[in-house]
Amino acid sequence: MIVNLAFYLFSLILLASAVMVVTARNPVHAVLFLILAFVNAAVLFLLAGAEFLAFILAIVYVGAVAVLFLFVVMMLDVDFAALKEGFQRYAPVGALVGLVLFGELFLVVSGWNVLAGATAARLYPTPDNLTNAAALGSLIYTAYLPLFQLSGIVLLVAMIGAIVLTHRDRKRALRQNLAMQHARKPQDTLVLTRPALGAGAPLPAQEKETL
Amino acid sequence: MPVPLSHFLVVAALLLVIGVFGIFMNRKNIIVIMMSIELVLLAANINFVAFSGALHDMVGQVFTMFVLTVAAAESAIGLAILVIYFRNRGSIEVEDVTTMRG
Repeated sequence: MIVNLAFYLFSLILLASAVMVVTARNPVHAVLFLILAFVNAAVLFLLAGAEFLAFILAIVYVGAVAVLFLFVVMMLDVDFAALKEGFQRYAPVGALVGLVLFGELFLVVSGWNVLAGATAARLYPTPDNLTNAAALGSLIYTAYLPLFQLSGIVLLVAMIGAIVLTHRDRKRALRQNLAMQHARKPQDTLVLTRPALGAGAPLPAQEKETL
Repeated sequence: MPVPLSHFLVVAALLLVIGVFGIFMNRKNIIVIMMSIELVLLAANINFVAFSGALHDMVGQVFTMFVLTVAAAESAIGLAILVIYFRNRGSIEVEDVTTMRG
């Protein structure tokens, strides 16, 4: 009973914050509502019995992806009021498509039933004597190991791509040139002069260039 | 699982519709479009996890993890493209992208 109440409460907050994500005027508010939606979806995962994925959603999504959105929204100095125009113009089309889509999905949801042999056709039934994280780990490190490695490669490619795309080569950066430092000799840089009294010594030309 | 599966499915369907609606409503703001895509993927994940819990099959949760991975990679690349686009153009309006046509 209390589980049902919790489900309705958190799914209501999830849907309300999802609506706020798409209608909020300020994108910073939209990102904050997206974080709220992710947290509530994590609670729904918990209610469905997927503890590990619930915490992955809370840690990775709220901690990394949503904060990445927040960084980008705050970093870009965008005129968001101008981006909001046309909201009313697209509303009828969007509402129509949404209604049609929801009607189709509702027909699917209300019309399906589980086949009699479905429980026998399961690929990897949930073990009873293991925790959720242990069961998931014992599956992805054995049967799904190639896919798991491939998803790691996807993340690696995404990381390299993001760095390559946004990296700016700064010409003014001061870098250490080790070859130049090692080839440096006293004769090249050190000049012994005997200046006349009160006249001072001129700076060597090479030193002026490097300064 | 005490909560019926169909309730999860209705919530996921509503979330997906809200996400698609958001893509239609914010035609100009690509940041909100990407957030709507995140909502759609979250709806798919809720479906996966709900079926996994109802049928006592672990494969749904494995696939949810892969979907999370791909969604994280997608948003990272998308935001990187957004940042360099803004650096070049000074605007993030999606309709301006048509000026890239040759």
